[in-house]
Amino acid sequence: MSITVNLPSVLAAHAGGARTIQATGRTLGEAMADLAARFPALGPRLQDKDGNPYPFVVFYLNDEDVRFHGGFAAPVADGDEVTVIPAIAGG
Amino acid sequence: MTATATPKTKRALRALPLRCRNCGVERGAAPLAICEQCLGPLDPVYDPQRPLPDPATIAARPPSLWRYREWLPFEGDPLYSEDSGFTPLVAAPALARRLGVAGVWIKNDTVCHPSLSFKDRVVAVAINAAAAFQLDTVGCASTGNLANAVAAHAARAGLTAWVFIPEELEAGKVVGTSIYGPKLVRVRGTYDDVNRLCAQVADRFGWGIVNVNLRGYYGEGSKTVAYEIVEQLGWRCPTAVVAPMAGGSLLSKLRKGFGEFLEAGLVRGTSPRLYGAQAAGCAPIVRLVERGGSTIEPEVPHTIARSLAIGNPADGVFAARAMWESGGWAAAVSDDALIEGIRLLAEDVGVFAETAGGVTVAAALALARAGRLRPDDEVVLCVTGHGLKTVEAVTGVLPEAPLIAARLREVAALVERTP
Repeated sequence: MSITVNLPSVLAAHAGGARTIQATGRTLGEAMADLAARFPALGPRLQDKDGNPYPFVVFYLNDEDVRFHGGFAAPVADGDEVTVIPAIAGG
Repeated sequence: MTATATPKTKRALRALPLRCRNCGVERGAAPLAICEQCLGPLDPVYDPQRPLPDPATIAARPPSLWRYREWLPFEGDPLYSEDSGFTPLVAAPALARRLGVAGVWIKNDTVCHPSLSFKDRVVAVAINAAAAFQLDTVGCASTGNLANAVAAHAARAGLTAWVFIPEELEAGKVVGTSIYGPKLVRVRGTYDDVNRLCAQVADRFGWGIVNVNLRGYYGEGSKTVAYEIVEQLGWRCPTAVVAPMAGGSLLSKLRKGFGEFLEAGLVRGTSPRLYGAQAAGCAPIVRLVERGGSTIEPEVPHTIARSLAIGNPADGVFAARAMWESGGWAAAVSDDALIEGIRLLAEDVGVFAETAGGVTVAAALALARAGRLRPDDEVVLCVTGHGLKTVEAVTGVLPEAPLIAARLREVAALVERTP
C-alpha cells in the first residue's frame, strides 16, 4: 500500500527537506518503519526503540487521531494520507 | 520649584533563550515551542544569577502580574497588557465548612483583565513575546477563553489576530471574541481538530500562534497564579490547591511557580499538594492520574464544560506528574455536579464562575468526601473564568423570578408567601 505522509517542518528537516513523502506498508506502523529505514534521521522521531509511536508526535490518518483506530496497528490503504503533528501544542 | 515626573524610559524588550525540557538542548530565543532535535517542549532559560526582589519590593510594585517580572521570560519592560493579573484572593468560610477544612480561598480570575479569565495571564506574556519577535499577526486554537483573551489583547496591541474555535461554543464565548474585531474562524469538529489545524497553520504561515509556536513563553504566565496566592496569603503557601484542567498546563505551571518562590526564599515550608479537576465527560488527565503510567489516552469530549473539553491534552503527562510529585490527586465530576458547583460558589462566596469553576468546586467536594483533604488544610480553589461567559449552563436550573405589577400590596403578598 502506498500512502502520503505530511511532515511538519521540524521533521522535514530530517527527511532531506521534503514536507510530503510516500511510504509503503499494510499498517501505519509498517509505513513508519519504511520511512525509518529510508530516512535514518527521521526514524527515531517517528517511532521509539521498541517500534511504538514516538511520544512527542501525534499521527492523524485521514485527519483522524490514529490512537482511536489502533495506533500503529491501524490498517492503511492506497491513497491514504497521514499527517504527523508535534504533540506539544494547544491548551 | 515644582517637581515634574520624568517619564520612565522603557528598556528594550527581549525574549529569553530556550531549553528543551526533554533532552536539555539549548537554543536562542525564537517563536518556536518544540525542540528541533527531539520535539520535546521548550522552556525559557532564566539566568540563575539575576538579582531577585524581596517581598517588600514586590509589594510596592503596580498590581499586575508584571510585579513578578524576574520570573517572566523577558529582559526589559513589557510593551503591552500591563494591567493583567493580580486578581483577588477571596476567603470562603462557608465553603471551608462544606469541605471540612481549616480555610478556603477562591483565586478569583473571573475578574482578570481585560477578558475575565486566567487566559489573560498567558496572553499578556505571549503578546509581549510576539512584540519581542516583531510579529504582526497572532492567533490561537481555543475552547473560548483563550479566544476572548487573544482577540482583546491583540486589539489593544494593534496586532492582527486569527482565532480558531470549534463550531459548538457558548454564545458568550463567541460574542466575547468577535466584539474585538479579530479574524474569527469556526471549525467543524472538536477543540482537538482545531488544535491540529493550528499546529499546521503555525508551521505554514509563520504567525505567532500563542498556544503553538509561542507556547514556551505563553505558559509562563500561568505561574503568576502561584506567586499571587503566596503573596496574598501573607508570603506563605496554602497546603492544597485545586485547579481545573484542560490541556493540563496550569497544574504543571503552578508546581513550577510555587517551587520558584520556595527556591528564591520568598516563602518557607513545602509546596502545596496539587489537585486537578475535570468533567467526567472529558477526563483523560484524571484517568491517567488514577491509572498510573506515562501516556495519555485521548478521549472524545462529551461535557457542557467546553472550556475544559480537550480530549488530547498536550501537558497531560506533565500535569499528572505535578499532582503525583506534590502528593495531590485528581477528580472528575458529572455535568450535574458542576452546575451545582457553580451555584454553591455563587451562593457561598458571591463569585459567578463559568463551567470550569463549577468543575473545580465540585471536584473539591468530591476530594473532601474521598478523604483527600485534611481538617487542618488551607485550600485555594482556582476559579478561572467568569460565569457570564457560559450562562447557558445554569439558565434552565435557576428559579423563575415572580412578575408583579408595581403595587406595594403585591410585594407584601410575595413577602408573606416567601419562606
